Amino acid sequence: METKLPPASTPTSPSSPGLSPVPPPDKVDGFSRRSLRRARPRRSHSSSQFRYQSNQQELTPLPLLKDVPASELHELLSRKLAQCGVMFDFLDCVADLKGKEVKRAALNELVECVGSTRGVLIEPVYPDIIRMISVNIFRTLPPSENPEFDPEEDEPNLEPSWPHLQLVYEFFLRFLESPDFQPSVAKRYVDQKFVLMLLELFDSEDPREREYLKTILHRVYGKFLGLRAYIRKQCSHIFLRFIYEFEHFNGIAELLEILGSIINGFALPLKTEHKQFLVRVLIPLHSVKSLSVFHAQLAYCVVQFLEKDATLTEHVIRGLLKYWPKTCTQKEVMFLGEMEEILDVIEPSQFVKIQEPLFKQVARCVSSPHFQVAERALYFWNNEYILSLIEDNCHTVLPAVFGTLYQVSKEHWNQTIVSLIYNVLKTFMEMNGKLFDELTASYKLEKQQEQQKARERQELWQGLEELRLRRLQGTQGAKEAPLQRLTPQVTGGGQS
Amino acid sequence: MAGVAGPATGSGAAGGDGDDSLYPIAVLIDELRNEDVQLRLNSIKKLSTIALALGVERTRTELLPFLTDTIYDEDEVLLALAEQLGNFTGLVGGPDFAHCLLPPLESLATVEETVVRDKAVESLRQISQEHTPVALEAHFVPLVKRLASGDWFTSRTSACGLFSVCYPRASIAVKGEIRQYFRSLCSDDTPMVRRAAASKLGEFAKVLELDSVKSEIVPLFTNLASDEQDSVRLLAVEACVSIAQLLSQDDIEALVMPTLRQAAEDKSWRVRYMVADKFSELQKAVGPKITLNDLIPAFQNLLKDCEAEVRAAAAHKVKELCENLPMEGRETMIMNQILPYIKELVSDTNQHVKSALASVIMGLSTILGKENTIEHLLPLFLAQLKDECPEVRLNIISNLDCVNEVIGIRQLSQSLLPAIVELAEDAKWRVRLAIIEYMPLLAGQLGVEFFDEKLNSLCMAWLVDHVYAIREAATNNLMKLVQKFGTEWAQNTIVPKVLVMANDPNYLHRMTTLFCINALSEACGQEITTKQMLPIVLKMAGDQVANVRFNVAKSLQKIGPILDTDALQEEVKPVLQKLGQDEDMDVKYFAQEAISAVAQRLRKLDFPVKDSEEPSAPGADKNHFLRPRGPGEDTGKGPAYQLHVNTRDTLPQLDTAEIVLFLPKHRLISRI
Repeated sequence: METKLPPASTPTSPSSPGLSPVPPPDKVDGFSRRSLRRARPRRSHSSSQFRYQSNQQELTPLPLLKDVPASELHELLSRKLAQCGVMFDFLDCVADLKGKEVKRAALNELVECVGSTRGVLIEPVYPDIIRMISVNIFRTLPPSENPEFDPEEDEPNLEPSWPHLQLVYEFFLRFLESPDFQPSVAKRYVDQKFVLMLLELFDSEDPREREYLKTILHRVYGKFLGLRAYIRKQCSHIFLRFIYEFEHFNGIAELLEILGSIINGFALPLKTEHKQFLVRVLIPLHSVKSLSVFHAQLAYCVVQFLEKDATLTEHVIRGLLKYWPKTCTQKEVMFLGEMEEILDVIEPSQFVKIQEPLFKQVARCVSSPHFQVAERALYFWNNEYILSLIEDNCHTVLPAVFGTLYQVSKEHWNQTIVSLIYNVLKTFMEMNGKLFDELTASYKLEKQQEQQKARERQELWQGLEELRLRRLQGTQGAKEAPLQRLTPQVTGGGQS
Repeated sequence: MAGVAGPATGSGAAGGDGDDSLYPIAVLIDELRNEDVQLRLNSIKKLSTIALALGVERTRTELLPFLTDTIYDEDEVLLALAEQLGNFTGLVGGPDFAHCLLPPLESLATVEETVVRDKAVESLRQISQEHTPVALEAHFVPLVKRLASGDWFTSRTSACGLFSVCYPRASIAVKGEIRQYFRSLCSDDTPMVRRAAASKLGEFAKVLELDSVKSEIVPLFTNLASDEQDSVRLLAVEACVSIAQLLSQDDIEALVMPTLRQAAEDKSWRVRYMVADKFSELQKAVGPKITLNDLIPAFQNLLKDCEAEVRAAAAHKVKELCENLPMEGRETMIMNQILPYIKELVSDTNQHVKSALASVIMGLSTILGKENTIEHLLPLFLAQLKDECPEVRLNIISNLDCVNEVIGIRQLSQSLLPAIVELAEDAKWRVRLAIIEYMPLLAGQLGVEFFDEKLNSLCMAWLVDHVYAIREAATNNLMKLVQKFGTEWAQNTIVPKVLVMANDPNYLHRMTTLFCINALSEACGQEITTKQMLPIVLKMAGDQVANVRFNVAKSLQKIGPILDTDALQEEVKPVLQKLGQDEDMDVKYFAQEAISAVAQRLRKLDFPVKDSEEPSAPGADKNHFLRPRGPGEDTGKGPAYQLHVNTRDTLPQLDTAEIVLFLPKHRLISRI
């Protein structure tokens, strides 16, 4: 519509309208998916970060840092930093090319300078540096272009301003790693609020950005002792929100990777806070739908914990059993993989505590109609350490799995599975022939007992149901001697 | 269950003692502890039955402690438990004992899984109402306090939902405490708790005294609205609606508006989205004066927000916003303050924004009246009808009725037609499906002449679409058109074309003829059905494709009730009998289904008096005649199974029907 509009309605923002690439979609926010249901055409991207910048100032190249005498270096550095705080619209790829180039060159120079020149990082430049970094990296991540974004299937949307953003991250990293860097000075600027905003950026859909963030946060954690507890706490908030509220956050794997190395460094004995983090955050993380994206990192964290403190094993295994996938076979295979990793490091005294529920679950997996699940579970018997644990405890483990294995060996559709089960049964036979014979003998009896039990259960519930109906009738009509009509059979007999 | 359980308790207690020996608690608890999750879940879902069997006393002293102790279970079981306990008051002995239910629910309110916790809170809210004021302070309020000061966020989150139910009936001193607890949760360390508190802020404000709202809720609101996390800030927008409703105009201006203005310009698009999404509620809550001064400019900004999500949310609210403006000066205001922005949105770069607008823009015509609509809105409608995105066009077409009332659809018909034709041929079948659904509406508004001239051919073309869903929808569409335009029109325009397809070389098209006949026969009536449709159907019984043949059987069953008995007896029956001997087993099966239905109808025609004794739906129980069966006995059996079992039953059945029909006197005599 080329209609004339009042001046007020002309867009003040220099950005072109449309959506930008990086996704922070939330379920809990109450956003209806309706507005987001889209046929995914390629659209122009924009980013919320440009909306408040209306009058772009013209950038002019400054002299090179290496060309000025040391006395003027810091003044020039400040001006360069200020220049790098000017933001450009990258959606319009031809807009202000000259300005973009000036900023790129300046950033490059800053990266170079902070990485190689000693004596540059003096106290007065810290606020300027942190301000420049904040202005560039901290922004509200725009809505996701694809709300059903699947990190495994879909191409991520990349940050359009990456040519500048990358240099800013690079600069930040070198700043933190510089031998001149003084955490005691920087902590005035790199505070809790700064860290919180840094953590929010982990939701970026751009993997390149998350990679930088990961390294940076790791350095921050390493250098700022006063922020450590805060970082751990905020990470667990992100995880909890991810588990229980939004189920969408792009940087879970990266955060877990950092945590893996943090856990590695925990002092012994473990603090209660850390144990609680394992039980209340890391274990529930297994329940998330998109587990496959970060499972490797998560399993690493869990095993790290167990290597530090074996007494946590029972908690962990019971937790995994609680969250064991009911319908997702892909996740089930991952759980089995993690379980084997845990069993690899388990202490025999811990194994005894969980062997029964664990092997009942393993038996259920063996009976899965999905052959990959069954196969993965049966591979446990190829692991010599696990096999030795089973052998030491065969009086408990065998009865827990025997019935299922025996039945599945006769019923499974997949020949590979059947032959694997035969191998397992053969191992059992060699392990303890007497017990094996006993179990074979009692198998049939147990089946019959099961049927009997099922019948009894049915009768019980039938009886309860009738009792309920009678009570209802009893309250409606006059009370009819309930004692005389206890069971249906009696009722029938009484009437005839 | 509550209603059921309530009255049962009085006598249940008395009768219960006698039954207890039958169901020792150990057996029941065994059921609740079963190793198989599914069985455990089944038992929990019948918890009320167990409680009933135990009687109120033992439910209180044995069952509930057991449940409280064994709260560690699968979340699904816990969810069922939380739900059950909400209706348990009657089963523990009525309101006097309602507090017995609190311990298990308290544990459930602290578990990790959100759905379980939410359900537990819901049940606690329900039970709170059943407490006496004394019991509420003695048992319920302490529970809320315990949850509110729990050390893990889950219990504190749950507590947020319980303040508003216990506050109104608490004593003054306790009220003060409750407010204190709520305040501290609003500034909790974990964002999860602050989100929970923010989402309950409005609800809590409503039960507070006005003074406390002003002195306590407003500061909390202001804090939450400037929280460091945008997920908290956006929830404050919702609370804003409830709080504004409670305050006077001056107070709103002074206490709420600064925060709301800030929210409308928040740096996070999620918060701005929320403002857009709640705009109508906000508008009503703050009243007309503030709307004009503050909300309209804010709305204009939202309509040109840099994020499409926000623009789309705002576009959705355009009509409601305009509707709710004060009548006086409304038109001018819309024309000057809103319309310019709408014009801009029509050519937005984002299709969701355009389609959001298209779904409401037609509604403006009733508000602006005929002249403005023609002059200002019509060009927009026409532009949107030509939009590249089918959803936009569809949204316009689906709301045509609004415009029809104001200016008549004729103004649009020139542009409408190309738009409809294009949608009708869209490559996406869902788009085609959507436009078909609007055909009856369009037909009604455009009139029969326009329809015959322009749209009829489209409707017929859909019948041979390559997607079944479209053919099916097209068939239903024909039926609705016949209902609209009458049988004469059907006879002249639709039926001949449909019947011609019976000779199509493609068997799918031949089947479409049958489906059309199924749909049209009722609307067309007996004459057309018997004279024009039936011969075609019967002829198709000789089709070489089995699918066509068994659909013939199905069609005959379907149109049977419309035909007269002569036609049934002389034309339908022989054909069905022949199909009943078909070599294809599905054809046989459906032929027999039809035979029994027809037989039943023939019989019924003869003995209408007996109707009451028999199932009224034709074919509901095809064998009751020869072999009485219990209801549900023949469910769940596939055609093949029925074929072998029922062959002998159904054929004689038709013969019996024959006897009944032709020898009515004999039957009557022999009865006498």
